[in-house]
Amino acid sequence: MRNLGWLRLPFLLTFVFLYVPLVVVVVMSFNGGKQPFSWGGFSTRWYGVLAADAAVRQGLINTLIVAVGATILATILGTLLAIGLARFTRSALLEAYSLTPAIIPDLALAIGLLVLFSAVGMTLGLHSVLLAHVVFGMAFVAAVVTARLGQNDPSLEEASGDLGANSVTTFFKITVPTLLPAIVAGALLVFTLSLDEFVIAFFTDGPATPTLPIVIYSMVRFGVTPEINALAALLLLVSFTVVIAAQRITRLTDAV
Amino acid sequence: MASAVAQGRGASRRRALGSRAVFLGPGLVYVTAFMTIPILLVVSYAFLTRGRFGGVEFPVTLENFVRALDPIYLRVLWNSIFIASATTLLALLIGYPTAYAITRLPARWRTVALVLVVLPFWTNFLIRTYAWIVLLNSQGPVNKTLENLGLIDAPLELLYTRGAVIAGLLYAYLPLMILPVYASIERLDRSLLEAATNLGASKFRSFITVTLPLTLPGTMIGAIFVFVPSLGNFIVPELLGGGKTVMIGNLIRDQFLKARDWPFGAVLALVMVLFLAGLFAVQAMVARRINGRGARA
Repeated sequence: MRNLGWLRLPFLLTFVFLYVPLVVVVVMSFNGGKQPFSWGGFSTRWYGVLAADAAVRQGLINTLIVAVGATILATILGTLLAIGLARFTRSALLEAYSLTPAIIPDLALAIGLLVLFSAVGMTLGLHSVLLAHVVFGMAFVAAVVTARLGQNDPSLEEASGDLGANSVTTFFKITVPTLLPAIVAGALLVFTLSLDEFVIAFFTDGPATPTLPIVIYSMVRFGVTPEINALAALLLLVSFTVVIAAQRITRLTDAV
Repeated sequence: MASAVAQGRGASRRRALGSRAVFLGPGLVYVTAFMTIPILLVVSYAFLTRGRFGGVEFPVTLENFVRALDPIYLRVLWNSIFIASATTLLALLIGYPTAYAITRLPARWRTVALVLVVLPFWTNFLIRTYAWIVLLNSQGPVNKTLENLGLIDAPLELLYTRGAVIAGLLYAYLPLMILPVYASIERLDRSLLEAATNLGASKFRSFITVTLPLTLPGTMIGAIFVFVPSLGNFIVPELLGGGKTVMIGNLIRDQFLKARDWPFGAVLALVMVLFLAGLFAVQAMVARRINGRGARA
């Protein structure tokens, strides 16, 4: 810190800017009063109110259904795609094409999918959100696995073939295990992205099955309430735990 | 013998083709069905007529494009570009020195600082935006603090302003500026800086003539990472701009979900995507030129 000189100022400013809003919300979630902006003593009552909220609970269940389904599909499709790209083509164009869903503006993908689903006459619901989340999820898995494939040693697969293993055995005994850290990292990434995804879900979900981000959106539109503060604090806790755990896991696998 | 080898080769080529289809097929079909076809549909809708009950009808028309040239819509587009540019500029002014400071930290603290930069980014976007509704509220902590310090007598109108929208977007996307800039400073060849110092350049001069140009590609990637999601955002203008600040994302959302004028919404989306594609092209051109110069030097 001491040798940063004047750079200390923007450095500290950034972290104050990033963390003050979050700290304020967490502190206010323990406010016992009914008025959101005047302190009515320390209390956890709003967490109780939140736990009893049926809309939030159903939203959470809906989100988990979508996230689990999208993660499984996206992980399988994205892993196959990454291996296929590395093994069978050196086409940069094909690789860019497969990764486009990860960088395309979410609003463009959202309206495209709404138009598609309505053109084929599909009713909207959790199934359409799931199909939509697989599109970008698959691209993220493919990107992570492709990065790992670049460091892989092809001689292991050749040795397996020379020793008489057929290609299916080689795939499940050699290819998948060596790629496993990247596949798990990609799956975690998709799961987290799907849990938080709002824009695409907002366009492709049906009215009867809102996901948690859609429930949160309808809550925050009506301003500040102590219940949202409690929900915000809980979600912060969950995502901080996941990020720090992921950081630990990648450091462990990198060490191996 | 020779024919047996040829036969074996034929079989293995067939197998290779088979597994090629197994690996590449499902993913490419999925991307095509759920990204390319939808986008082509949106493009074609831009040339159709609005249906009486939502959706689209024939005949083919250019009327939607003409309508997008109306001053009302041009003003929204300009307003969006202004807000996204201001956000990107602020992100650059705060993010670049912060990234620079992180590269100067001891290795252990560098990791901690980087994790702290990305942590807020992994929390729910709506919650992060909501935190600013709390912060900027007329009875919120910012106004309370200013009042207690005696700087103001009555609460300031901070929420539902253009400034609030810019603050919210900056908060949401600042990490996307810091990370690529950090990576490009980290990769910088230190010997070039030493050479500049040995040749008598001041710290400032070597920063301007060596560090800044060589980190420009990473900085431009950071700028695009901030600008692109800012331009198309409709949540932050709605929640922090309170409907007074309309951006192109709000307009597109409303055409599809409220007004049910899909052809016009498609035109607006097309304008936005083409504008962003132009930016990517400029970035690629500049990056190629700089890398070319680096290779020659």
